[in-house]
Amino acid sequence: MEDILPARVLPKLDPQNRRFWTSGEDGRLRIERCTRCGTWIHPPTGTCFACHSSSVEPTAVSGRGTVYSFTINHQPWFGDIGPYCVVLVDLEEGSDAEPLRITSNLVGTAPDDVRIGMGVEVFFIECDDVWLPQFREVR
Amino acid sequence: MTSRIGERDAVISGIGQSEVGRRLGRTAMSLTVDACVDAVTDAGLTMGDIDGLASYPGGVMDGLTPGFGGPGTDAVQDALRLDLNWHGAGGEGPAQIGAVINAAIAVSAGLARHVLVYRTVWESTAQGSGRRQGIGGAGSGGGGGVPRVGGSLQYLLPFGAVSAANWLAMNAQRHFHTYGTTRETLGEIALNNRRNAGLNPKAIFRDPMTMDDYLGARMITTPLCLFDCDVPVDGSTAFVVSHREHASDVPGIAVGINAVGTALHGRPSWDQRPDMEGSPLAAAADAMWGRTELTCADVDTAQLYDGFSIITLMAIEALGFCAVGEAKDYLADGRRISLEGELPLNTAGGQLSAGRLHGFGLLHEACVQLRGQAGERQVQGEPEVAVVANGGGPIAGTMLVTRGAA
Ligand SMILES: [Zn+2]
Repeated sequence: MEDILPARVLPKLDPQNRRFWTSGEDGRLRIERCTRCGTWIHPPTGTCFACHSSSVEPTAVSGRGTVYSFTINHQPWFGDIGPYCVVLVDLEEGSDAEPLRITSNLVGTAPDDVRIGMGVEVFFIECDDVWLPQFREVR
Repeated sequence: MTSRIGERDAVISGIGQSEVGRRLGRTAMSLTVDACVDAVTDAGLTMGDIDGLASYPGGVMDGLTPGFGGPGTDAVQDALRLDLNWHGAGGEGPAQIGAVINAAIAVSAGLARHVLVYRTVWESTAQGSGRRQGIGGAGSGGGGGVPRVGGSLQYLLPFGAVSAANWLAMNAQRHFHTYGTTRETLGEIALNNRRNAGLNPKAIFRDPMTMDDYLGARMITTPLCLFDCDVPVDGSTAFVVSHREHASDVPGIAVGINAVGTALHGRPSWDQRPDMEGSPLAAAADAMWGRTELTCADVDTAQLYDGFSIITLMAIEALGFCAVGEAKDYLADGRRISLEGELPLNTAGGQLSAGRLHGFGLLHEACVQLRGQAGERQVQGEPEVAVVANGGGPIAGTMLVTRGAA
């Protein structure tokens, strides 16, 4: 399986998303959070869906979570890349009713060993001006 | 029940479809004009009678993947030299069928009497002889630097989740995990659609398929294999939506719009819905059943979106033909959904085997069945009620149609 997926598409940075996509520069994952009521917001919108405040701030999370779902991609969309694992990670700061979830890749685990519910932690790869969050299994 | 069911003011007075095939090498506009002329003629009208025009998604989304969008309403208005009292198109709203619902709303509001609605795809020609493409330039390769995306896709594409196949595979994985659903369950949908395609002369894949064929097919993105994914084609489908006062003038049988479902609850997202075993169609379906005295037991055939087999499975559950999580039993051995079963499903072969006409092909088939024109694949016993569902990723819409005005 591919270890690190070469980036073939990157986010277009703008004032609303820049701090999410560059957060990994210091190795920390940051998620937008309301400074008034504490609600986590992802993807970032610049506003709080709970209290409608615009006082939101990218806030460091632990970077740990569990695999909510996954798929092992085999289709050669990019022509020259082997199978890779796309994961939905529910970060530990979220809840069942309001998961705090990001789509990413799981790296370093054999396809047959990937399981829903497995514990994972974040790391980053630098691509141009973006630090892409990636996950590896917590062993 | 809601006091006024405005969509019942409208009927589908005409249906039309261009030739459908792979790499036809024709322009999207020529396919569109063929479908529109076919539908207007079928309704017993002329272009001069058409005073409304609607489409999904219109011209603006053509860059998503090559051939995804058809011509915009401005281009079609000009090509057909239409004089319009109402017009509109867009890729947002209750999925592809939202364009037909908008037409019914316009008719009910008195803004137009005869609305032409079309959906054109030419993904097969536009994507050439290469393999199916990802979204947003993903897989385009070559120079010019790494492509950049904004909007919600920026949270998916950089991770190689570049196709709805990847996104929906994660719904399927959840469904398998939570309810014990298996690949064989999805396989019953693929096999059913292929059986029906064998009876549809316009279908793309007509050769018989066995469960072993299905299980042995190459994996696209686990747990979805090649036969869980629809087949890109070129083709255009069109309808004329008219005021019910016109129903008696229709040369054939008008199809009534009994109820529509346009609700969307929860997050409109591929990856952010808390329970990804369920479909956004659930709210739309509940809303639709709340607008009619008909129930699941009255439905004679179901034409449910099958861009990917898992969408159809989730639609069967969302519409209430079985409870969420029970599709494994409901679909076991495929008998219920067969042409002879209690819920004949995707009787023209669906998008999996007949071709990806992007929702409109399913409504077209519902009309063909209600009008008794389905030939070898005709559902027996003069079907009177059909349910159609479109969408099923972040958005969905549904419609209950009847033989004759509601
Ligand atoms: Zn707040």
